[in-house]
Amino acid sequence: MKASPITDLNQDYKAKYGFHDPEEYIHKAPKGLSHEVVEMISRYKQEPDWMRRFRHEALDIFLAKPMPKWGNQELLGSIDFDNIHYYLKPQGEQASSWDDVPENIKRTFDRLGVPEAERKFLAGVTAQYESEVVYHSIREDLAKQNVLFTDMDSGLREHPEIVRKYFATIIPPTDNKFAALNSAVWSGGSFIYVPPHTKVEIPLQAYFRINAENMGQFERTLIIADEGSSVHYIEGCTAPVYSSDSLHSAVVELIALDSAHIRYTTIQNWSTNVFNLVTKRAYAHKDAVVEWVDGNLGSKLTMKYPAIYLMGERAHGEVLSVAFAGDGQHQDAGAKMIHAAPNTTSRIISKSISKGEGRSSYRGLVKVAKGAENCKTSVECDALLIGEKARSDTFPTMEIAEDDVKVEHEARVSKLAEEQLFYLQSRGLDIDQARLMIVNGFIEPFVRELPMEYAVELNRLIELEMEGSIG
Amino acid sequence: MKQKYEPLFSCRNLRVRIEDKEIVKGVDMDIHAGQKHALMGPNGSGKSTLAAALMGHPSYAVEGEIYLNGLPMHDLAADERARQGMFLGFQYPVAVPGVSVANFLRAALKARRGQEIPVREFRRELMNAFDTLDIQKDFAGRYLNDGFSGGEKKRLEILQMLLLKPDFALLDETDSGLDIDALKIVSQGVNQVAGPDNALLLVTHYQRILQYVRPDVVHVFMEGKLVRSGGPELAEELEQRGYDWLETSTTATARG
Repeated sequence: MKASPITDLNQDYKAKYGFHDPEEYIHKAPKGLSHEVVEMISRYKQEPDWMRRFRHEALDIFLAKPMPKWGNQELLGSIDFDNIHYYLKPQGEQASSWDDVPENIKRTFDRLGVPEAERKFLAGVTAQYESEVVYHSIREDLAKQNVLFTDMDSGLREHPEIVRKYFATIIPPTDNKFAALNSAVWSGGSFIYVPPHTKVEIPLQAYFRINAENMGQFERTLIIADEGSSVHYIEGCTAPVYSSDSLHSAVVELIALDSAHIRYTTIQNWSTNVFNLVTKRAYAHKDAVVEWVDGNLGSKLTMKYPAIYLMGERAHGEVLSVAFAGDGQHQDAGAKMIHAAPNTTSRIISKSISKGEGRSSYRGLVKVAKGAENCKTSVECDALLIGEKARSDTFPTMEIAEDDVKVEHEARVSKLAEEQLFYLQSRGLDIDQARLMIVNGFIEPFVRELPMEYAVELNRLIELEMEGSIG
Repeated sequence: MKQKYEPLFSCRNLRVRIEDKEIVKGVDMDIHAGQKHALMGPNGSGKSTLAAALMGHPSYAVEGEIYLNGLPMHDLAADERARQGMFLGFQYPVAVPGVSVANFLRAALKARRGQEIPVREFRRELMNAFDTLDIQKDFAGRYLNDGFSGGEKKRLEILQMLLLKPDFALLDETDSGLDIDALKIVSQGVNQVAGPDNALLLVTHYQRILQYVRPDVVHVFMEGKLVRSGGPELAEELEQRGYDWLETSTTATARG
């Protein structure tokens, strides 16, 4: 048997994503959280007064709210909120050409393949470095169709009427402690508005990069797809490997108006010293479709349960997620579907792989409100355990207030089957190839939904994670 | 050319234990190049265990020696035995959801041949094999044994044998669960693979398949031992008289 897999993984992660630039910042907030820090961020950004007050109120909510009493108490309890920088502005101003991005930051995104991906298959890109978006561009044809795609701060400055109408309407600061934290210190993220009946055929992408140690990144994303429009948004993220922890706590709000279609794809690959505590929620109005395609590979602890509120008749929601938990990782992920209107349909497919001492949890809620007749929902949870110490838990909740509802629920936990391995080995595949083939097959329903370039990248990442043997 | 005077495949004093129970109790067998042997026995006699042990099943405790082309196999893992030229056609092929038949076969061929097979060449070989076994082309895109009928699984086993061209193939109950048309097609595939440079061991409960694949030697396996070996007429005798007349205490040596 070969060396332990986690060293293989970290060695590669370090070379590929885990490097960091020397710190050169225009502004770095001192560690810790206070009304002074919140005031400084808001003043620095020259925000309207309503946003400044919104931040301060959110901080009070954050301070008043206890930590969640559920989830991984040991890891949650180890977060040191006083040891985090809540705002970091890198050098340079936001650029719309990579040539204008400061040299070492440009080099970082080059190494991560962002400009290359943009040239090949993206309609628009924002690249966030620490707290601010350092690069942003959108294809001319989309701009001509009045598709708005900016960073959130520019969105607030340039389109205050839209932002004020929708901001924090889906996820108010009172929703949970980490939504309150984000509301107080948010910076960056994406703002997208797609006009009625406009189809954005090519994906828009945001890439989030943490560089500094003990950094907190709190991007805020708001996507509004107006009637009959469609958009596909993809986000990726990585961070350097440090011995101390960083915190990523995003808030993402999606609004699909009548007959609109939003797909939101995430490939989360934070280094294993990052806490990833994210609130994601969508409203799907009449005949709208919202899909969360959510891949979680990295981080120390992820807690994320993308939600869809089916607000109008015949709205459809899907969450398709894959989590990979290696040694020292806990992927606590899931989905929420709220059927608030008749004839709405939803589907949740959640797949998790726990390897070595990794741990994954599925936490899900399906709720059918009174009056939401003739709904259909199906939930499928599939957990694969590799190794004797791997762990998986399932916490499904169903609250059904109507009789005329079709509910399907399936949950499976399986061990990497010896008979499958023997079958593949009897055809000449060695044990590592056989394991990888089984795991790739397991997540195939997810990978199939990704744009090709991401599918290739995800398969490569899984291959790295599977390298070496499990004792 | 293989050396004809040495057996292509042999095992010596093979014993298999599963959880402290001895299932195979000392088996010796020699199979020469160009030969087809049949291993027959009643249900529960340990035939499948013997076949899986010869292939290198990781959870069996196996003692004894196994040689292929004069090389020791008994210390090798299943995948190394496969790359050396052994093959096991499974009685119950295992499903691997999400892995397409084509991707799996291409990986297996690469492992067996030690090099990547160009896509076009692979496709041609695959389509030829599909034709031989009367398999629909859309088979290639389906997930490996996932939702396959019994007959489809068995055809896929034979298809793999056609492509991998093993030196020595063990076929475990390949005839079970096949209707007569499928049995003919599968037998045709087996006969196509069989040649002067390789050898086959058909493990079977019934002699049905032996009407289409004519064995050179028939072994009777009962309670973990070979109790008798003979020519093809032994299979016919078993068909008529069953297994009861054979004394399990008489141990025959089985040299082909």
